[in-house]
Amino acid sequence: MAREAKTKPKLLPKDYKSKVKPTWCPGCGDFGVLASLYQAMARMELDPARTVVVSGIGCSSRLPFFVQTYGFQTAHGRVLPVAIGVKIANPALTVIAVGGDGDGFSIGGNHLAHAVRRNPDITYVVMDNEVYGLTKGQTSPTSPLGFKTKSTPYGSSDAPINPMAWALASGVSFAARGFSGDPKHLTDLIVAGVEHPGFAFIQAMSPCPTFYNTFDLWRPQIEALPEGYDPGDRMQALSQVFRDDGIPVGLFYRQERPTLDSHTRVTAHPLREETEDFDVQALLEMYR
Amino acid sequence: MIVDTLLVRLGGESGIDNAISAGDVLTLSVARSGYHVHTFRTYPAEIKGGPVMFQLRAGVQPVPSLGDKLDVLLAFNEEAWQLHGEALRPDGVLIFDPGEHDAPREFGGTAYGVPLDRLSKDLNLRKGKNLIALGALSALFGFDFQPIQATVKDKFGRKRPEFVESNRIALMAGFEWAKENIQDEVPFRLAAPDSTHDPELVMSGNQAIVAGALAAGCRYFAGYPITPASDILEEMAKRLPPIGGASFQTEDEIAAIASVVGASIAGVKAMTATSGPGFSLMQEMLGLATMAEVPVVVVNSMRAGPSTGMPTKMEQADLNIALYGGHGEAPRIVLAARSVEDSFYQAMHAFYLSETFQMPVILLTDQSLSHRTATLPMPDPYRVPVVERLRPTAEDAGGYQRYRLTESGVSPMGIPGFDATPFTATGLEHDEYGAPNYTPAMHSAQLDKRGHKFERAAEVLCDLEYPLGCHAYGAPEAEAEVGVLAWGSTAGVVREAVEEMAAEGLPVAALVPAVINPLPAERIMEFAGHLRAIIVPEVNRTGQFAAWVKANTELHLISLNKYGGLPFTPAEIRAKVMEFLVAKPQEPAAELQPTEEVAHG
Repeated sequence: MAREAKTKPKLLPKDYKSKVKPTWCPGCGDFGVLASLYQAMARMELDPARTVVVSGIGCSSRLPFFVQTYGFQTAHGRVLPVAIGVKIANPALTVIAVGGDGDGFSIGGNHLAHAVRRNPDITYVVMDNEVYGLTKGQTSPTSPLGFKTKSTPYGSSDAPINPMAWALASGVSFAARGFSGDPKHLTDLIVAGVEHPGFAFIQAMSPCPTFYNTFDLWRPQIEALPEGYDPGDRMQALSQVFRDDGIPVGLFYRQERPTLDSHTRVTAHPLREETEDFDVQALLEMYR
Repeated sequence: MIVDTLLVRLGGESGIDNAISAGDVLTLSVARSGYHVHTFRTYPAEIKGGPVMFQLRAGVQPVPSLGDKLDVLLAFNEEAWQLHGEALRPDGVLIFDPGEHDAPREFGGTAYGVPLDRLSKDLNLRKGKNLIALGALSALFGFDFQPIQATVKDKFGRKRPEFVESNRIALMAGFEWAKENIQDEVPFRLAAPDSTHDPELVMSGNQAIVAGALAAGCRYFAGYPITPASDILEEMAKRLPPIGGASFQTEDEIAAIASVVGASIAGVKAMTATSGPGFSLMQEMLGLATMAEVPVVVVNSMRAGPSTGMPTKMEQADLNIALYGGHGEAPRIVLAARSVEDSFYQAMHAFYLSETFQMPVILLTDQSLSHRTATLPMPDPYRVPVVERLRPTAEDAGGYQRYRLTESGVSPMGIPGFDATPFTATGLEHDEYGAPNYTPAMHSAQLDKRGHKFERAAEVLCDLEYPLGCHAYGAPEAEAEVGVLAWGSTAGVVREAVEEMAAEGLPVAALVPAVINPLPAERIMEFAGHLRAIIVPEVNRTGQFAAWVKANTELHLISLNKYGGLPFTPAEIRAKVMEFLVAKPQEPAAELQPTEEVAHG
């Protein structure tokens, strides 16, 4: 059934739009990320029946409902291990994981480092707004030190995580940062991430107009990586992600190394198609 | 004296005496000679140091339980005698090392001092004590020597060829020393095996679960190392890749079950296995699998809890979390394996049910059964249907409703890459299409849908036949006066005790269901019939199964609880049954007082 999709007319960004209306506040940065994703999917002509968008819980994790592909909104923080299971089960699928900073760096933080080091062929777009939106404005793992919220009325005591540095230190094979205020650039990054054979980590700076409106704070700081920047140089990437001034965006690092499915699998076929020639009797005979 | 069963225990120090590996060799050899075997082992949670114990029961007929008093104790050191001396029958045989301690004066049976340590030093085989002991055992009890040698070769031959020769030397040294120095006849010898049939299979409970899962079509496994379930992960890691499957060690148990849910969404039969602490962590994803209607199989090999508890000891205390763990109303099918053979069938059964009803199925086993090796007849995988989840048809394309409200509750599940029916699965309450929906009508309707699946499962499960349904033992139920209702690995002990009593003419019968939820309540009521007393033995303090049966049947039950980390013995079951057999027959059941009998183990 799915194989017929190729003969259909070319899909446009709007064809990836589902009937479910986004639940986000007006002006939410996540609209820009969603628009970029539609654009990227259309540019790559992704087959909706062979694409799975997986998320955790949070405002941004609602995204799979708004996309007309297979989707799975899982439990809070569990997007990556679920996405890995989907990908190992069927390496022919395009798997895109999405979520927010709380989902990915706090409750699901442990999974990030392990997903990165395994290098599954998955693209992970984190919409980072430096605040908890769905629960109405508490401090998040990327919020600035001293951040005053309802859960931290005297200011947050915790220094923010540096997600790009974390991904790089864990051995990520693709690391990029974009801004939801520049959907064109973000589209390019998502396309590059999906086309990258391995784990592509994309930090999408995506302000929350309701609980921490950073549009005006971030926009003047957003700038391209310096001229002559080499994304093959991990040390250069680290020096950029640790910069105190500005918010550089672009492709920070890219490296090709073996992916998870090349290690866990004997073949590249969906596991479903491999179930025929197993003889349990022969296995049992070994215990005689 | 010629006996039908022989119970041998090896006790020693972990990492020094290698009692467990000697026990494994002996088990396989004895089974290859044509005997039936049943083993039990305990060891410390530490890698080096601490007492280990391996026990082998061999029989001419099938041996359903670990037995009662030991016929033979092989004590590698004095501590082993102190720990296990009491378990040895007074007229039993003690084999000890005179280099370690003197023959215990308080012991009235037959004691043979075999200088294990000195012989191993003479041969310059530092780790040869265990095989010297096996050599002596086979000389004394007439175990066939050839299978032992063949087993050593099979076990070590490929990895460590040098072991084969040194082990042969150690075996011979023990054998010859015993032949030369111990002339008297041992008090009991095992009768000759029935040589008319092929040797049976020798598997552990965990190996049987893996084989059953593979037979059912499981092609994805993820797990995190945890005693006593790690060997399921190890076995899957070995078996799955060559047959086109994948096995994956994750960063924790949450990731293990999360990736299993993901693999199942992608259309693969998938399983994880864990023990109590990991099972606690898996509760949130089990809730998601229920809500999103994803078939998954979770094996929980129970160990003594709570918290880290006693990782290497058994308990039947995770029934409540299997039934009720997690928030919200999320019905789950719960199965409990009753023997090594049953572990194979219930693993297949678990996949049959999870695929049919698109929900999580929990298969309970425990440390004693997971690590028990036993002989079993070749299982017949055709006794359990192998099925796949319901898939969309051409009619479903266009306006596909993944969560369509059907009479049975089951609705077609589209698979990415195989069905052109994209939908988004979610842990949120949702409408027929999968879109979030919080209206009272839709929440009620979807709760009903998930509930109806479970109720439909109860209908399917009520008329299960062998090997999946209830196992019944002992006297014909119409004639029985006292009944034993058991679950899980306690089945074997109950079977042995009840069959023996029934053979003596005592009116005792037993019933052991494998499906714990939905409970076969009608069958249990039929069993209860006019019984004067129903005893429910379980290895936990609070009688979780008894409470569950009471909630489903309103029967009056008598709990027999043991909670020291060790399984029941047949004698403990017998003693409890006898209490009620000698009670006045005219005494009506309603007047029996509930007793909370406790046997500390």
